Amino acid sequence: MKQMHLAAHFPGVNSTTVWADPRSASQIDFASFEHLARIAERGKFDFFFLAEGLRLREHKGLIHDLDVVGRPESLTVLNALAAVTDRLGLAATVNATFNEPYELARRLATLDHLSAGRAAWNVVTSSDAFTGENFRRGGFLHRADRYTRAAEFVATARELWDSWTPEGVPRPFAHSGRHFGISGEFGVPRSPQGHPVVIQAGDSDEGREFAASAADVIFTRHGTLEAGQAFYADVKARLAKYGREPEDLKVMPGVTVVLGDTDAEAQENAAEIRRLQVSPQNAILALEQVWGRDLSSYDADGPLPTVDPDPDAVLAQGRVRVDDPLAVAARWRALSEAKGLSIRRTVIEATTRQSFVGSPDTVATALETFVATGAADGFILVPHLTPGGLDGFVDRVVPLLQERGTFRSDYTGPTLRSHLGLAEPVWKG
Amino acid sequence: MTAIRPLHLAAEIGGPPRYDAASHIALARLAERGALDFVSLGDSFARPGPDAVAVLAHVATRTSRIGLVPTVTTTHTEPFHVSSAVATLDWVSRGRAGWHADVSTTEAEARLFGRRRAAPAAALWQEAGEVADVAARLWDSWEDDAEIRDAATGRFIDRDRLHHVDFQGSTFSVKGPAIVPRPPQGRPVTVVDATTGPAREPAARYAEVVYVRASSPGQAAALRDEIRRSAAAHGRDPDGLRVLVALTVDLGDAETTPEPGLVSGPQLAGHGTYFRGGPVDLAELVTQWYRSGAVDGFHLTPLTPGRDLERIVNGTVALLQHRSLFRTFYPGGTLREHLGLARPANRYALQRTATEATTS
Ligand SMILES: Cc1cc2nc3c(=O)[nH]c(=O)nc-3n(C[C@H](O)[C@H](O)[C@H](O)COP(=O)(O)O)c2cc1C
Repeated sequence: MKQMHLAAHFPGVNSTTVWADPRSASQIDFASFEHLARIAERGKFDFFFLAEGLRLREHKGLIHDLDVVGRPESLTVLNALAAVTDRLGLAATVNATFNEPYELARRLATLDHLSAGRAAWNVVTSSDAFTGENFRRGGFLHRADRYTRAAEFVATARELWDSWTPEGVPRPFAHSGRHFGISGEFGVPRSPQGHPVVIQAGDSDEGREFAASAADVIFTRHGTLEAGQAFYADVKARLAKYGREPEDLKVMPGVTVVLGDTDAEAQENAAEIRRLQVSPQNAILALEQVWGRDLSSYDADGPLPTVDPDPDAVLAQGRVRVDDPLAVAARWRALSEAKGLSIRRTVIEATTRQSFVGSPDTVATALETFVATGAADGFILVPHLTPGGLDGFVDRVVPLLQERGTFRSDYTGPTLRSHLGLAEPVWKG
Repeated sequence: MTAIRPLHLAAEIGGPPRYDAASHIALARLAERGALDFVSLGDSFARPGPDAVAVLAHVATRTSRIGLVPTVTTTHTEPFHVSSAVATLDWVSRGRAGWHADVSTTEAEARLFGRRRAAPAAALWQEAGEVADVAARLWDSWEDDAEIRDAATGRFIDRDRLHHVDFQGSTFSVKGPAIVPRPPQGRPVTVVDATTGPAREPAARYAEVVYVRASSPGQAAALRDEIRRSAAAHGRDPDGLRVLVALTVDLGDAETTPEPGLVSGPQLAGHGTYFRGGPVDLAELVTQWYRSGAVDGFHLTPLTPGRDLERIVNGTVALLQHRSLFRTFYPGGTLREHLGLARPANRYALQRTATEATTS
């Protein structure tokens, strides 16, 4: 039977992280990163994943203060983790818009050397002027240019990674393109994986095309079976025109798992987690993001506002905009009326994206179904607790998957490429 | 003048490029056994070698006390990323990070980035000063107690304790606040090599550790005085500054060297004045210069890292310890504590409490 891939997402900055739980430790101390990485490696996971945000989110012109905020710089933490783990892949999200190929290719190659072949780069592109205000480049990059720059960035990085011969002889490189015109000699020999693994995490048509042409893994939000199957079929179908095979690109949705001894107990746990994730303050905030209005005078336990959303307002900076707020508001109102729900209960129901809820056996079977029916090649698990949120999964679900042969019992190779079953890139000297 | 202030010693662990960290870990541990203040790792886009911040982040988890100072260039990099990486080094090392701010002056380096042409050193050092300035502001942009986890109000942070830095430099601007919370040391230690003229002013303004080159105690004392005066003119307390003489040392062939001492060999000495002699001779030099009050300490670059650092630690340092001139253990845990530098107060917290005092 086909084996799945598993990765651990460090929860940290995330509106789903329940920081008020007494088991929730620091999102910034290295001990937290080390704990999750060690658990993931004990579970024989493919890789450990860090997200990135380059500007603190704002709401109504003020720094957003309800969710966990504050994180270390990814590559530096991963280089430290490389010294306390042996096999686990180490994946950093790093923006292609606010970096330069020479420097980033060198930093990624360094991580691949220091980890003996375990580095991965999640190429993101967000280019809003809001984030750009922290950088020399500023927010100049238009939506249409984001992926042309990202694609040229990855291609250029690969030229740099290929510029030393496999025998360790440096050769001059020269790249001249629309976004970059650079030349010289690269500072780092070809690294253990040849090229660090490339991950893509955007959902637009351009993003999917970029992934099909250049990525090894897609990190997707499509976590339900039907949406997953549609997404999976779509991106796999795009590969042929780049001369690639379906196995060359792994589809890994970001998912959550809630366990219990029984399915019923897991459902109760899941409901409790949702209640903790959506505090009264967070419920009002979610409502304000849809409505585009100041709703701070509303009671989270009271009914939804009768006033209509302002579809043109921009209250939130640094997060994904709500598509078609009028339609979302209409859905939420219908839900609230049908079930007699307060604001908070409505938000809880309407925004729930808990992917796998059940006993270890139920969850294991569901994960296997996704892989067997073409909805995913594996999963990036997003726990709601820092840093112990995957302990239960590793202790209770992983052994079942291993018993059934749907997940590896041990690492079979040293590099992340070997965990993912990806070929070493051919040296294009 | 009698020397009463503590002696500071640091060592470079670079040398020929190595891409696995085993040798760096071994050297840092060796230096830690000698209770040195910090190890440094040089870096430049101009020559082969791994990224220095990355290597020292790796080394951080395999050492426990020694300070870690990578070279970070400010010319073609993003000030926001630089400040985040250095703050993160401080987090992963639990308060042992510094950074040696440097510039990229050559056209060859400029071509690796293709963003702008090479510029004169004066302009690059002015920019480096601005990068040091904005980095410090970003490290302050979270007050130490910004994270409140107040379940009653549902607030994870107190947004009044987070600050936009709104920095306008000559070549960049940064909005802030930082993404990385204020690091354990408040601000990682800023190191500048003030050997070249254009580096002097940013060193006096922003650095806490300054490297100088001198071939006599008198010359070292004059440089130290000049930097301290200049720092004071910028409104700084000169005692918040450590001036270290940079010395490249070759302890390898003491037996065959008839006259130990300083040699002028710029082709050999990439960094600092060049010393050749035995470990005991080096201890003599350190003792003499230190006792005359000319220096706060030395930054030693072993010519052959493995061999010379071993001799520095087991020979020179052991002797200095025996003479009670150098510590035998680390009384503190952070690089600031090793250097005797106070944890800096947060400028925004000071401002805020001052405003609160006048309005209440
Ligand atoms: C599952 C997932 C995770 C993402 N994580 C990040 C992240 O950590 N940092 C970031 O800047 N963008 C992140 N993004 C944003 C995307 O990389 C991309 O910039 C954005 O989705 C816009 O691209 P698109 O128009 O192709 O969707 C993520 C996107 C997805 C789907």
